[in-house]
Amino acid sequence: MTKRTIIPFGPQHPVLPEPIHLDLVVEDELVVEAIPRIGFIHRGLEKLIEKRDFVDFVYVAERICGICSFIHGMTYCVGVEAVMGIEVPRRAQYLRTIWSELSRIHSHLLWLGLTADAFGFENLFMNSWRIREIVLDIIEETTGGRVIFGSAKIGGVRVDIAPEQIAAIVKKLNKLEKEIKDISNVFLKDPSVKHRLVGVGVLSKDDAYALGAVGPVLRASGVALDTRQLGYAAFDEIKVTPITDPRGDSYARCVVRIQEIFQSIDIIRQAKEKIRVGPIEVKVEGTPNGEYFARTEQPRGEVIYYIKGDGTKFLKRMRVRTPTFANVPALLKVLAGCQLADVPVLVLTIDPCISCTER
Amino acid sequence: MKEQQKIINIQVSQLKEKVKEFKNQGYRLVQISCTRLENFELSYSFDKNYEFVYLRFSVAKAEDPIPSVSGIYWCAFLYENELHDLFGLNIKDIVIDYKGQFYTTAIKNPFGQEFKQEDK
Amino acid sequence: MFFHLAKIALKSLFSKPATRRYPFEVREAYKHTRGQIAIEINQCIYCGICQRKCPTAALAVDRQAKSWTIDRLRCISCRACVGVCPKSCLTMKNSYTKPSLNRRKETFKNA
Repeated sequence: MTKRTIIPFGPQHPVLPEPIHLDLVVEDELVVEAIPRIGFIHRGLEKLIEKRDFVDFVYVAERICGICSFIHGMTYCVGVEAVMGIEVPRRAQYLRTIWSELSRIHSHLLWLGLTADAFGFENLFMNSWRIREIVLDIIEETTGGRVIFGSAKIGGVRVDIAPEQIAAIVKKLNKLEKEIKDISNVFLKDPSVKHRLVGVGVLSKDDAYALGAVGPVLRASGVALDTRQLGYAAFDEIKVTPITDPRGDSYARCVVRIQEIFQSIDIIRQAKEKIRVGPIEVKVEGTPNGEYFARTEQPRGEVIYYIKGDGTKFLKRMRVRTPTFANVPALLKVLAGCQLADVPVLVLTIDPCISCTER
Repeated sequence: MKEQQKIINIQVSQLKEKVKEFKNQGYRLVQISCTRLENFELSYSFDKNYEFVYLRFSVAKAEDPIPSVSGIYWCAFLYENELHDLFGLNIKDIVIDYKGQFYTTAIKNPFGQEFKQEDK
Repeated sequence: MFFHLAKIALKSLFSKPATRRYPFEVREAYKHTRGQIAIEINQCIYCGICQRKCPTAALAVDRQAKSWTIDRLRCISCRACVGVCPKSCLTMKNSYTKPSLNRRKETFKNA
């Protein structure tokens, strides 16, 4: 029987955007199992609900994560609005949809860059992030902040986008689409990239469903589940078809994310045609009394906010279950049986956002 | 766009058989959470094809034993370790048990203490 | 078939660089950028509503001494105070706070 060694991976590693620790049990460069350890940036944000009233808590909810920031704020507002029975005006629903899809585009471009960095292709990493800067400029022009949008509010949105600005956004995204097609040709057709991604980390359809995986990790194994089909925000009038791929390896996860970028650009085009004129917010009166589980689709999967109020202005409980937390068991299954040099690529294919996981 | 969410109230002793029923019908485990009121109120959520169902039961004290469902759904071990570290709940036979080392916080069981309302 | 990145690499070899030579060239700020808070101190009535609404407790209002202090490094530029001021004397400028080694708090007085 060969000797087993334990190699620590993280919390500080050049390929990881945020700290996570894995103890890899290896036998001669073949990983046998992996034991995770999280808790390096636990900030205790769920406990803060006892000190901040429910209207001001949007500022804290937005700052749980930097990459998926707007959708955290929006899901919190959707949850409180469902408990209090507030009806958000149509124009605000469409604006929320436009910002969510911009958030998704910039998050997937960030992921493409980090994956290219993980297998050593620095030129591709820089080019992906160069394209991402244009999306961040659009976001800053409309909301005021590049990463933390600050535009979600209970009862609607805080700022409005003028019609000529929406038309300008669509024109810029049309130009961007050609550049993204060039980049994605490199990811999908270049033989050196394919050598690192094809056949690495296969997750079968039954395993993905039984382990509770969500988001592109689940859809790249062939299960067609996308929380946007529930119909929150403007998604009851804009139909979304989940993008799936039957292969289940890292190449399939890359394909799904690239196609989701093009799908998001198309959704913004549809929103521009269908958006209505009208108010962007509604006045909030009273306090929340009741409970609800609000579910939306973040770039990484399905996020759930559990809101429970008892009639005072401080909520009783707010619990966040983020998609990376649900994808960690799938990561452990995929790591068993892979080569040691593939570990950084596999950790990145589930798109880890550890600051979300640990709140 | 509020979705219909079905709640099923059960006792602690029925937990394992109800969870096995859901597994056989093809539901996936979505999340496990707890609220600290006078007692501890737990919710186990399941979903199949966007139909959302959750089990609800309570335990009176933190020492009351709760059976683990990580034998049925392997992914539940993360949620149960988190509940043990933050609330001090006694969950027996978790598949991978970190024994209190999952989240190391300065105060032990920060959520399990008495709920005090503080003025801002 | 090979060298798929060649087309993009050659294009960026012969075009203008995508980066700007900051701090020699500064980009013009957008209109809505959330930079730093500015106050019109003559209009302020020292009611203290902005201090209560601030999520990070970055403001301190002294009614007796008639002064308004902001801790620049605690402010997260969220615009909550701008929305609740009853005299509308707070505005959001679109330039960022300059980096500094020691000065954090700025006090405005109506002497």
